[in-house]
Amino acid sequence: MRSAYSNKVVPWLLLSPSILICILFLYYPMVQIAKLSLYKVAFFGMRMKYVGLENFIQLFSSPVYLGSILTSLVFSGAVVVLGISISMGLALLANQKVYGARLSRVGLIWPYALSPAIAGIVWLYLFNPAVGVINYTTGLLFGIKPQWYSHRSSALTMVITAATWKILGYNVIFLLAGLQNIPGQFLEAAQIDGASTFQRFWKITLPLLSPTMFFLLIMNLIQSFFTNFGLVNVMTEGGPREATNILIYQMYTSGFRYFKSGFASAQSLILFAIVVGLTLMQFKLTSRRVHYQGG
Amino acid sequence: MINKRKRIFLIQVCLIVCSLLVAAPVIFAVITSTQTPAEVDSYPPKVTPGSAGLARYAEVWRIGIGRMMLNSLYISAVVTVGKIGVSILAALALVYFNFRFKNLVFFFIFITIMFPVPVRVVPLFDLVQKLKMGDSYYALTIPFLASATATFLLRQHFMSIPASMVDAARVEGVGPLKFLFLVLIPMSINTLGALAMVTFIYIWNQYLWPMIVISSNERQVVQLGLKMLRPGEAGRQDWALAMAGVVIAMVIPLVIFLLLQEQFMRGFALSEEK
Repeated sequence: MRSAYSNKVVPWLLLSPSILICILFLYYPMVQIAKLSLYKVAFFGMRMKYVGLENFIQLFSSPVYLGSILTSLVFSGAVVVLGISISMGLALLANQKVYGARLSRVGLIWPYALSPAIAGIVWLYLFNPAVGVINYTTGLLFGIKPQWYSHRSSALTMVITAATWKILGYNVIFLLAGLQNIPGQFLEAAQIDGASTFQRFWKITLPLLSPTMFFLLIMNLIQSFFTNFGLVNVMTEGGPREATNILIYQMYTSGFRYFKSGFASAQSLILFAIVVGLTLMQFKLTSRRVHYQGG
Repeated sequence: MINKRKRIFLIQVCLIVCSLLVAAPVIFAVITSTQTPAEVDSYPPKVTPGSAGLARYAEVWRIGIGRMMLNSLYISAVVTVGKIGVSILAALALVYFNFRFKNLVFFFIFITIMFPVPVRVVPLFDLVQKLKMGDSYYALTIPFLASATATFLLRQHFMSIPASMVDAARVEGVGPLKFLFLVLIPMSINTLGALAMVTFIYIWNQYLWPMIVISSNERQVVQLGLKMLRPGEAGRQDWALAMAGVVIAMVIPLVIFLLLQEQFMRGFALSEEK
């Protein structure tokens, strides 16, 4: 233990703001969720009835909720796979030692600063069937102009595209840091031994980057599950016909449109289980890395 | 030699093309924001700057987006300063004092990394109503002042500062707060810069919580203003207004990002050290 100041009161004073806020705004709501998930709540909390696990039984027998789970899996899966592979290409390019590469790094990562809601509305414009450039281009090239907003699969495509674009900057930041940590002599040795560019990537870069990629996999899953509420709200409001109704959107609908607090809390608890699972996996498998995130 | 030069040139071209592709959606947004309604609706889509100049921005500003942007700026600044302040005090206690239950307290704060806002919104909304903080800036700031991530990263950074520093300070009779301001803060510029950037952008980009807890437009944040401008909402059918809103909503976080991205990279690289 490092030598330290020895006062019994001061440390508690220093910690008190953190502890108070944690208890009031973090722990108390979490306890409430556990409790409310076992109740049916009506009339804005005026009436509460203990129902045991009925909320959960109802959830898992509801086609809408099961559909929402599937939508979330497809959405997150697509965003993670596309996001990491495209970012990998961008990061490999930006890691080349050529004049201007440093500057272009900023050119590739700045969308990190934009919100999911901004990504949503900008892509909604690009996908606009009448005035958007995407339909103009597809019309010119293939003679088709899909009604992106009104078909289930095309709406999901739209939302996935916007979310993937939004996540690229974040991924490139971490992949570049990972690439720069790879000792140059490994790659040089391989080059001397006659390994091709592709072999070097596949046999050296990729294995050495795997901790970074695993970390990104988990972080991207957490982000795609939890930060895209605004994106979906701006673009599709979960529609059409629940095509983009990801879990967090469904939770919002239950809790704040239909005011079913108990039902929404049960869903929150399921979301919580997802965060816990993913976070524990991250701690277990990627040493003790905590990284800069908002929370 | 020629071959190598060709390769470098090719990489540079690829980098430029990729940067442009990544930027393309925002470039289109900026171009559209200068167009009149007729230009927005023209076919084929007009992809050059329009004739409206900054008129659409003035329009958007007048219908309340300006006020919302200032609200976002205010709450993001308050939370950034407040959260870092609260976390730095916690990290100071956790690293430079010996007291009972120290590890337990750290664990208590750290575990909240698994309590993201979306999980808590239902009871948090009820709580904030009960505390009479609904529809206020308090609701947008106070619940965010404690941070598992910031406390963790500052603690980790402080632990990497040689113990001889605090020994010297104690011998000289320098108290903990003075030590914090004279030694720790100046030695933590990268970490603090990185945290400030991430926190500011995180708060600026919040959507779900303000949507639920804020009901009056005078206190709403700019992200929700975008929803207001979305064609189809409230009878608006004008993409130029929406894109002007986008530009207004992204300028400040973008400037903060560009100013602090060096610190972010360096602060991050430091935290990477095993």
